Amino acid sequence: MAAPQPRLLWCGDTAITVEFGERIDPDATALVLALDRAVREAGIPGLIESVPTYRSLTVHLDPCAVEPGEIESALLALVGPVPAKTAPRRLWRIPVVYGGAFGIDLADVAAHHGTTPDDIVSRHAAPEYRVAMNGFLPGYAYLSGLDPSLALSRRDSPRPVTPAGTISIGGVQALVASIAAPSGWHLLGRTPVRSFLPGRDPVFLFEPGDAIRFLPIEPERWDELDRAAQAGERIVDGEIAS
Amino acid sequence: MTGRLALTRCHSALSLQDGGRRGYQRYGLSGSGAMDPLAMATANVLVGNAVEAPVLEFGLGGGRLVVEAGRGRFACAGAPCTLRLDGAPIAGHRTVTLAEGAELVIDPPREGTFVYLAVAGGFEARPLLGSISLHLRAGIGGIDGRTFQAGDTLAFPATEHAAPDDRTVDAVPLDRDAPIRIMLGPQADSFTKAGIDTLLGSTFTVSHRADRMGYQLDGPAIAHGAGGYNIVSDATVAGSIQVPGNGRPIVLMADRQTTGGYPKIATVISADLRRLAQRRPGDPIRFEAVTLAAAREAALERRRAVADLPGRLRPLAGIDVERLFGANLAGQAVDALRESP
Repeated sequence: MAAPQPRLLWCGDTAITVEFGERIDPDATALVLALDRAVREAGIPGLIESVPTYRSLTVHLDPCAVEPGEIESALLALVGPVPAKTAPRRLWRIPVVYGGAFGIDLADVAAHHGTTPDDIVSRHAAPEYRVAMNGFLPGYAYLSGLDPSLALSRRDSPRPVTPAGTISIGGVQALVASIAAPSGWHLLGRTPVRSFLPGRDPVFLFEPGDAIRFLPIEPERWDELDRAAQAGERIVDGEIAS
Repeated sequence: MTGRLALTRCHSALSLQDGGRRGYQRYGLSGSGAMDPLAMATANVLVGNAVEAPVLEFGLGGGRLVVEAGRGRFACAGAPCTLRLDGAPIAGHRTVTLAEGAELVIDPPREGTFVYLAVAGGFEARPLLGSISLHLRAGIGGIDGRTFQAGDTLAFPATEHAAPDDRTVDAVPLDRDAPIRIMLGPQADSFTKAGIDTLLGSTFTVSHRADRMGYQLDGPAIAHGAGGYNIVSDATVAGSIQVPGNGRPIVLMADRQTTGGYPKIATVISADLRRLAQRRPGDPIRFEAVTLAAAREAALERRRAVADLPGRLRPLAGIDVERLFGANLAGQAVDALRESP
């Protein structure tokens, strides 16, 4: 593939976005995550933090410490070719109770696709996902790797509240939610895992680029795991994957 | 010794803030921090603190405080409002020493939105992720991540020795009539030329849907281009002007969502975001497009203004006499006392 030609978009004077595409695309996400890593390792003076998304990397900076031309060149110099599929640094196995009160849209999603809830569960739990980005609210992990046959446009009317730990799908995206929030996505299940828990070390579990697998569990295990997770216990390990 | 301040009347817009958090947007957590960092810095410098020391941020509701223990040196800065110490009006943008039992009332501001109360040594709270700032949506910062309730108390380092002479500084400017400067983009190309003309040529007003997450503006609808109003989510910044399907712009603020799926037609420059924050529901807003070079120059100017704050402090005595004298000539002595911050 030819060298990528990202667009540089200033977001006011305090941030610049390096955009690799306008759609969700595995190559673009791989380029974003590679650039994110390179930017963090380069330690460019005046850079405050970088935010990867499916298709772009936004770099927040101190406008008084950075010359615009210099930061543009420095970022472009760090853009490499599309990386070969790299092994994730960590793999998280996330327990999920699917369906019923835990995933109130599972039956509807199955009906829409003309199949059974069990089939949807096995297709949702089959892939090894990657955390493409965390965003919207603290600890919300947006994943790439959803089985394309599960793609389903969002609900017409968003729900004003969906529970903490909701596992949902919207369009071609899969989501692990942390705290309760409004959502127009299809709710398949819930995990007791807290991807964001103030007071725990670490407060956040998932780094962009981490791998995630879903592990269906029985509803009977919910209470015990949920209590342990709320107490700050690690009910899931980020194994070193490679 | 630790002093203790009780909040005897509060409002949901009252919160503890400092310079906010840096480094956690990659996990979905926006920075928070004072909505008007210049006003926070002014209050802090008056009492000898670092510019981003923890302060109380009062929104439109004001509040009432009682010193329950210890003695501290306080200062208010920001939107002009009436302050009363044990019932008697005092000026803002000055230091005042409050002894045990003193009651300070901060009335809702007459114009603008945010008033900051600093105490020498800073309010004490347990930082999370490097900041004590309340981020209500995330449930962190302040006291247990929640809004204050009447009866809550805050600790501060009490002063043992006699208070130094009181001092004052010029009021923080609100510039309510000046346009808010913006840079077009990052998604200006998602809008028609007419849509951009609407943004730059119209007068908007701050709607009642305005809080620390974002200010929704009333005014003419901004037309999207042929691509519509959905984009694949990308990152937001403080000052992003996103335009959802109804065409009504929303300026994202300190507690905003870190990513969003509406195109962002423009971005408020960093130096002017505090001026926008100080507008209140019903206030008019006009936008003016500037270049990156102009935005950076404004950011440098602001940086210099904050650095110069300590040199602009003046002894309080004399100044107030002059003010009273001038005000008396105009026959408005009482108003002069109530005039600031």
